[in-house]
Amino acid sequence: MAVTGLVLVLFLVAHMLGNLKIFTGAEDFNHYAHWLRDLGTPLLPYGWYLWLQRGALLVALAAHIWAATMLALRARSARPVRYAHRKKVQGSYAARTMRWGGVIIALFVIYHILDLTTGHLNPIGDPTRPQANVVADFAPERWYVTLFYTLAVVALGFHLRHGAYSALRSLGQQTPQGERRARGLALVFAVALSVGYLVVPFAVLLGLVR
Amino acid sequence: MNLTLRIWRQTGPETKGRMVTYQVEDISPDMSFLEMLDVLNERLTLAGEEPVAFDHDCREGICGMCGMMINGNAHGPQRGTTACQLHMRQFTDGDTIDIEPWRARAFPVVKDLVVNRNAFDQIIAGGGFVTVPTGSAPEAHAAPVAKADADAAFESAACIGCGACVAACPNGSGMLFAAAKVTQLSLLPQGQPERYTRVVGMVDAHDEAGFGGCTNAGECTVVCPKGIPLHTIGRLNRDYLAATAKNTARS
Ligand code: HEM
Ligand code: SF4
Ligand code: FES
Repeated sequence: MAVTGLVLVLFLVAHMLGNLKIFTGAEDFNHYAHWLRDLGTPLLPYGWYLWLQRGALLVALAAHIWAATMLALRARSARPVRYAHRKKVQGSYAARTMRWGGVIIALFVIYHILDLTTGHLNPIGDPTRPQANVVADFAPERWYVTLFYTLAVVALGFHLRHGAYSALRSLGQQTPQGERRARGLALVFAVALSVGYLVVPFAVLLGLVR
Repeated sequence: MNLTLRIWRQTGPETKGRMVTYQVEDISPDMSFLEMLDVLNERLTLAGEEPVAFDHDCREGICGMCGMMINGNAHGPQRGTTACQLHMRQFTDGDTIDIEPWRARAFPVVKDLVVNRNAFDQIIAGGGFVTVPTGSAPEAHAAPVAKADADAAFESAACIGCGACVAACPNGSGMLFAAAKVTQLSLLPQGQPERYTRVVGMVDAHDEAGFGGCTNAGECTVVCPKGIPLHTIGRLNRDYLAATAKNTARS
């Protein structure tokens, strides 16, 4: 869980940094998208690096969901008779929403790929003009797309807050000071990442990026 | 105080149980929660009905027998307190109180609110012990322990094995209990020889007993009457990683 999650975290950081290229101009952003495909050449043929990365992410995601499913099945079998009266959350909200939050994020990732990678659900959907696709996506009249995007990123923020904290614990964080540091780190990281992802659609919405 | 109680009644391990409603009157706010149940049981006995079975022994918060789910809270609403040490002044006149046994596959109901916590003994048998020479006691100064380690070991040693952590865990995991025992022993010199076989043995026994897997949800430490901290689980994880890396685990 922790190891596969960390692979996904690395991707999320790189992806966010890449997205921020939109603020340095359409030219730069499109060049970045092209560069992703060009990466590794001439060692690898054009586009291969990207496919390798996609393969690795898919393996990590599959392993992640498999591990989460196993945990959920074990939890289910560990409590065959439910409580009639149950206090909802006493620990952390983020921790209690990992499973449903994860499913929501996974659905979003599918939508997101159909939108901005394959272009099927994008109003422009032209693979040679990624910047234009993004701008068209978050246009003010398509506010519901921005809304859905925002909800998914907030869900991701919660998922990461508990995920990062939990992963540090799984990898051996063991002192009271360490616990405080891990909590702080996870919170700052989750907020930073969510904000990094949200500035793009809101900049488009407000007309700062066109 | 007058209260409405809804209590899980189940005649035996194999029978189906249900929530039954009772009224109790004239409860003093100075009574403990178990004394309030005693009042109910006395009345039931006089009326020729079967009294509500619940576990208890010390009634002073040290034996770990008295666990029950009170309004969805393991050991009731007051933090750091066992059910026997909970007082009725935590409730108000006219309240409805739901009382259920711990719910976990590893803790089957014996009768009413009584569950069988043998699974914890299996975890202990998996490695929660140290090997010591019998006979004369060793010279105490021969095995110095740093103050910080002694304090942390003592904090973990406060676990009374009540099972509230399992009862509250959304995964039905017993990891806080196992981690308290592992932490206590792995911090002290006496626990070193078996340190890495212990952690693997205890985790294996935990999983075999049918407890769920820990996801660091943290509900356990909130309800733990002894305040066993969640980071003990990190210590268990670290010993476990070291054990599997060293491959001294299964000899
Ligand atoms: C069906 C979908 C998913 C489920 C059920 C799920 C479930 C979980 C669970 C239970 C954890 C916590 C592990 C723990 O507490 O130790 C976790 C952590 C994490 N998840 Fe997911 N997840 C899903 C999809 C995703 C997706 C799509 C991403 C990213 C694109 C993602 C990224 C992460 C990260 C970065 C962590 C933190 C690292 C860790 O603790 O392992 N998850 N997930
Ligand atoms: S860790 Fe706390 S809640 Fe769990 S058995 Fe020990 S004392 Fe009870
Ligand atoms: S009866 Fe001993 S701890 Fe409550």
